Amino acid sequence: MPQLKYWQAINQAMAEELERDPATCLLGEDVGAAGGAFGASAKLQERFGEWRVRDTPISEATIVGAALGASMSGLRPIVEVMFFDFMAVAMDQVVNQAAKISFMSAGKYHAPMVVRTMAGTGRGTGPQHGQNLEGWLAHVPGLKVVWASEPADAKGLLKSAIRDDDPVVVIESLALWSRRGEVPEDPDHLVPIGRAAIRRAGRDVTVVSWGAAVHRALAAAAELEPEVDVEVVDLRSLSPLDREGLFASVEKTGRLVVVHEAVGSFGPGAEIASLAADECFDALRAPVRRVTPPFAPVPFPPQLEKAYFPQVTDIVAAVRDVTRRAA
Amino acid sequence: MTEWFASSDGEISSEQALDIYRVMLTIRSFESAAADLLAGGRLPGFLHLSIGQEGVAAGVCSALGPEDGITTTHRGHGHCIAKGGSVDRMMAELFGRGEGYCKGRSGSMHIMDADAGILGAHAIVGAGLPMAVGAAYSAKVRGERRVAVAFFGEGAVGEGVFHESLNLAALWSLPVVFVCENNRYAELSHVSMHLSAKHVADFGAPYGIPAATLDGNDVLAVASAARKAVGRARDGGGPTLLEFETYRWRGHFEGDPQRYRSRDEVASWQARDPVARFQERLEAGFAVDVAELDRIEREASTAVERAVEWAESLPPAPPTSLLEDVYRSGSA
Ligand SMILES: Cc1ncc(C[n+]2csc(CCOP(=O)(O)OP(=O)(O)O)c2C)c(N)n1
Repeated sequence: MPQLKYWQAINQAMAEELERDPATCLLGEDVGAAGGAFGASAKLQERFGEWRVRDTPISEATIVGAALGASMSGLRPIVEVMFFDFMAVAMDQVVNQAAKISFMSAGKYHAPMVVRTMAGTGRGTGPQHGQNLEGWLAHVPGLKVVWASEPADAKGLLKSAIRDDDPVVVIESLALWSRRGEVPEDPDHLVPIGRAAIRRAGRDVTVVSWGAAVHRALAAAAELEPEVDVEVVDLRSLSPLDREGLFASVEKTGRLVVVHEAVGSFGPGAEIASLAADECFDALRAPVRRVTPPFAPVPFPPQLEKAYFPQVTDIVAAVRDVTRRAA
Repeated sequence: MTEWFASSDGEISSEQALDIYRVMLTIRSFESAAADLLAGGRLPGFLHLSIGQEGVAAGVCSALGPEDGITTTHRGHGHCIAKGGSVDRMMAELFGRGEGYCKGRSGSMHIMDADAGILGAHAIVGAGLPMAVGAAYSAKVRGERRVAVAFFGEGAVGEGVFHESLNLAALWSLPVVFVCENNRYAELSHVSMHLSAKHVADFGAPYGIPAATLDGNDVLAVASAARKAVGRARDGGGPTLLEFETYRWRGHFEGDPQRYRSRDEVASWQARDPVARFQERLEAGFAVDVAELDRIEREASTAVERAVEWAESLPPAPPTSLLEDVYRSGSA
């Protein structure tokens, strides 16, 4: 299987889907002539023309809203919102319109659109370019939310999102941008939305994560071996969430740690902990622990970023903490 | 309108002119130093520089008093320096030191100084316009003769808040001046790719706002137009939209390979260097001698060198500061 970088997998997914379906198009700031602020759409405008791969003004609300209208009128648009933080500018169209089109039209309309956005976490981007707001999105009925930690999933999840008939927000990680991995060449390589992946099987503790944090969870698991046998679950999809996958793992290990780069309060970890408490109460042998940043904006310099975002040592400590509890 | 704004409002004193010159050189030397530090791996984070655009920052802020407020963007070092921000505390912020404006936590794109009337550099395109409108509304409600200035790039015209801000400011006749630095590019896109009108100033008329497009690299023209707009605002005449044509010499960010423009284009704008042009004017029109200009240049670069030396010698901001100031009333 060919090795691709994370961003190349995204590029390939878009190229294949643009090729496959003439209704697919891409809109965003600098996505065309420049090939994307981070190169994700390199060469796509050359191949598919300046209307299907379209540079826009700096107008997140309008681009997302226009993509929605286009999706209700025969296209399957992909919108690139350059940084996760800028989703805030587009939130009305995402939350009040796109998410509710199918419901409000009693299924007569639907919104087959994708919003791709970039988490700048870990790259010194600071308070207005480094936030993780996946909890906001996963909180909205009608939206799907996915986040790949590996190049193969970056391709497969994006392709599934493009072919999905509902609005899907695809979050990408700048921290993983150059990460290499094997990526299937199959033009129908689809990673199902709503299915988690077990990255490392283990018996003692389940560590659930997504995006770049998955790799720190794996590093923590390696460090804890053989003391603790950690199972690392990469959620991949926050909404819908793979409840069966989550419950099966927690039933097996009896201990759960959730690691994410969004702040803790009212965050996705709380939802996951609550689901596990509801469904796996008898199996749980320790309280569910969350490893998250403190309840504060994102700092920019490296030493503060390190203190802010969950590190391997924080995950190791949380796992030790839940395993120390009586069996 | 353009003629009125373009006509000189009379001579400024040579003292004022030299102040403007000092500000321009301080900006240039601050940003040149920051570029070198980043390239040398001594600074963390991202840098968006305004070298080549100093005329707008220095000219506009020369028309403002300490009580007036400004908002700016990711490319805001120049505006902050011109409005009286401290190069020491700015440099400390860039270095991620606790003595920086945000205790070294926010970085280059987020300089704020309540004492100097810097309501902040905000890295969300367009975000500063409504805030300036609000500062002007406050002046009106409180009966203060304060004026607010929003600095922004032409790219911000794409955002709804640009139009909403102009509408509201005109509707309520607020003391705000919208200052657009049209530097021809928004990130990697030429203005022809993102602007429907020929000039940003064309958006004044639909809202009933006086507007003009002027040479941003002629600092005296900038200063004169700004004095008129600020004076109108202060006297209750309402908002103005000033568009200054200028050019950023550096990439969108430091490290930008700049494939979207030619070296010739950059060189043609460098030939219209606002600093060099002003220097010639000072020598010819104000009979300032060259030694005086050299002295100012040395002082500006010494101030920046000292700031770098001081900032770099400080310890990195401590993790204990992460939770500070999240709420004014103490942590949650
Ligand atoms: C809401 C939002 N969208 C996109 C960006 C990314 N971005 C940063 S600067 C920039 C271009 C801004 O162009 P302009 O307003 O002309 O200012 P300039 O950079 O030329 O000073 C873009 C698109 C952003 N920071 N905020």
